[in-house]
Amino acid sequence: MLKYLIYRLLHAPLVLFILLAITFFLMHAAPGGPFSGDRRLDPEIEAAIHAKYNLDKPVYIQFFIYLRDVAKGDLGPSYKHKNISVNEIIGTAFPQSFILGFIAFVIALAFGLTAGIISALNHNTCLDYGVMSLTVIGLSLPTFIIGPMLQLGFAVYRQLLPVAGYEGISSPEYLILPAFTLSLPFAARIARLMRTGMIEILSQDFITTARAKGLPDYVIVIKHALRGGILPVVSCLGPAFSQIITGSLVVEKIFQIPGLGREFVEGALNRDYTLVMGTVIVYGICIIVFNLVSDIIYGILDPRVCYG
Amino acid sequence: MLHLTKHKILTYTEIFFIFLAASFLFGTTQNEKPDWEKPYLPKTNNWQAKKQHFIFNNGTDPESLDPALITGVPESRLAAELFEGLINLDPKSLEPRPGIAYRWDISDDGLIYEFHLRKNAKWSDGSELTAHDFFHSWKRVLTPSTGASYAYQLFPVKGAEDFHSNRSKSFDEVGIKVINNHTFKVQLKAPCSYFLDLAAFHTLFPVPVSVIKTHKAQWVRPENIISNGPFRLETWKPRQKIELVKNKFYWGSMICKLEKITVFPYDNLDTAYQLFLQNKIHWMPAIPLEKLSEIIRSPDYYVMPYSGSYFYRFNVTKPPFDDARVRKAFSLAIDRRIITEHILKAGQQPATWFCPPVSGYRPVPGLKYNRDKAKQLLTEAGYGAGGRPFPNIEILYNTSEQHKKVAEAIVQQWKNNLGISVSLRNTEWKVLLSDMDNLNFQIIRSSWIGDYGDPNTFFDMFVTGGGNNRTGWSNKEYDSLLLQTRLELDKEKRYRLFQKMERLLVEEEFPILPLYIYVNQGVLNQSVNGWHENIRDIHPLKYIWLED
Repeated sequence: MLKYLIYRLLHAPLVLFILLAITFFLMHAAPGGPFSGDRRLDPEIEAAIHAKYNLDKPVYIQFFIYLRDVAKGDLGPSYKHKNISVNEIIGTAFPQSFILGFIAFVIALAFGLTAGIISALNHNTCLDYGVMSLTVIGLSLPTFIIGPMLQLGFAVYRQLLPVAGYEGISSPEYLILPAFTLSLPFAARIARLMRTGMIEILSQDFITTARAKGLPDYVIVIKHALRGGILPVVSCLGPAFSQIITGSLVVEKIFQIPGLGREFVEGALNRDYTLVMGTVIVYGICIIVFNLVSDIIYGILDPRVCYG
Repeated sequence: MLHLTKHKILTYTEIFFIFLAASFLFGTTQNEKPDWEKPYLPKTNNWQAKKQHFIFNNGTDPESLDPALITGVPESRLAAELFEGLINLDPKSLEPRPGIAYRWDISDDGLIYEFHLRKNAKWSDGSELTAHDFFHSWKRVLTPSTGASYAYQLFPVKGAEDFHSNRSKSFDEVGIKVINNHTFKVQLKAPCSYFLDLAAFHTLFPVPVSVIKTHKAQWVRPENIISNGPFRLETWKPRQKIELVKNKFYWGSMICKLEKITVFPYDNLDTAYQLFLQNKIHWMPAIPLEKLSEIIRSPDYYVMPYSGSYFYRFNVTKPPFDDARVRKAFSLAIDRRIITEHILKAGQQPATWFCPPVSGYRPVPGLKYNRDKAKQLLTEAGYGAGGRPFPNIEILYNTSEQHKKVAEAIVQQWKNNLGISVSLRNTEWKVLLSDMDNLNFQIIRSSWIGDYGDPNTFFDMFVTGGGNNRTGWSNKEYDSLLLQTRLELDKEKRYRLFQKMERLLVEEEFPILPLYIYVNQGVLNQSVNGWHENIRDIHPLKYIWLED
């Protein structure tokens, strides 16, 4: 187990390096630059700005300069936000995305697992079909529809919650609607995976044995079936968790949350190279870490898995 | 005893003379008309009953608040509240009004400007603001390593462009001099009739150079910044909100009614409009266009002409648009009213001319929609019946529902009127700019918003080889007319020269295809007073107050 962990951790910098290299060169290959604008810059002004940000050097040298700075923990200046460094942008945006994503994740788990288990226990009944139809809606309705619908229902017609905005974790009322919007597709996915996993487990011999021993349903579910049934969910949780905590452009835009998802997409549109690279690093690290975590949990839950 | 009395008498005499001199200086100068402000002030004191906390949506988080670096409208909206230049613009007429300079003298040849600075001008930390501050701020703009995109706003100053491009190393050759703490002298390289307008522009605002030296890029943070405008920066939470509060050291703080301003960066205008309807936002300078038909009926809606022009550029370096007759035919074959009345619907002015009516300029009429003439021109150019088949044509535009609809309407008219099929291609904004700069297009969507209140901001771009020309078009007559406008001091004669240039653009040569003049539309809560319409959408918040 320890050997496996070390092996995976040693891999991580290499994966990250490849990710960075691809992103860097793709970004620089895209037409337009961070300082192209409606008003074309005077060539001399443009040269001065490019010199200021090292953009006058060949791309591979820029890449090495960038790597050197990253190694020192400096993600560079943002080209668009001229008075804030990328470290600071990520430092303020990521916690906000994380808080929102974490709440959404908990909601998604709670709803998804419950719905999946109920469905599996009532396999091929009206209840099962009802729950599964709901998950189809959750999966297929995009967040840019659900978000405004929730907004209309709970903030415009009934003014129970704020329409949009963000006032920090001390005002959680601002987080309720976005967290629900963000959690729905994840909840639906978890429910479907949970249902499949449970149905498979419930048909296994050891469950029949447990039933034969006269164990009540809830004991069978909690003690025997859940551990195996949750495995498909666990394997998808790593990427899902990284995705949900690194922010969503759509949800952040609808509810005007100052999170990381928008920084990434808008950074790409603005050719804010350093900001995009910074968010890619965060996203990359999250994926690596949480995939590893979900693999470890998988190993703990499933005695058949052996990391040798 | 006697000595003391004598001294006292002398002092009174001195005071009398000083008073006389002061009243002469402040009261009777040609520029200072303290009365001009009167119509912009509240008539009663009713406003005092209401909490003066103004909230507006700026549409985006500012890229920076550094006046030397910013380029966009949302940024300039904030910078103009935090800082103040030598000159202010009248909130209605946009004429130059005293700012930090309470008066100014211009030499007869239009080359020397002497600005007299207010003795009570202060920074928001209470320290004195002097001519040295302007000197160092302008020097900073012109220093290449600052990276000021708008450094060219100072290029009318003698020696400024050479210093910026490193052609001259010494700043002594730049025509900016501090005469004394309160007198600032500027020498231009050629007359520039809109220089006062530039002096009101954010690039030329004074900045606290010593604070910048200490805090580098972080100087604009609320904890570091000192500024000299009517308001100071209290909070800046990126993507969340910005808060400004009244600057008690501002020389004119007695006329500022607002105590606090909250600025939201909401780019989702739908969401922002919901907040407006709940009275949580007082002003939205932009509205969600898809809700226009609903918003247009609201009493809070306003619309006014804007100093911006929407047009298409032709690439005149490649066939078929290297032929002016073809370009002209394409322009004549469009009935622009269809676009403004059926697609845009907010009172945009269909334009067969290019320049909006800035500062009393009267644009030329251009050529009206004429289908037959258009067809005839195409035949003359050798296309159509009996001639060559017309090559494939494509319009390039940046992805947006509105641009698409406009382009579709134009394509339809070309199809109907000229029998030519034109395809559409959309791209991301930065890709569009890159294609535009490299002349990698046939027809490309464009727009231009004036930088200052003079037609020059619209006409100097099409000079041969100009960075913003982006058509490949070059015309000697146009270039020489532009030179003449720079030397001409008489406004009427100058405007006639601009009209000649405009005729070349939209009646003869057609490097561009003008389409419409922008409007500014937004929503403003009824409790907001002291907000005035003008063509450049400039609304100094120091004149605004809330009253039920």
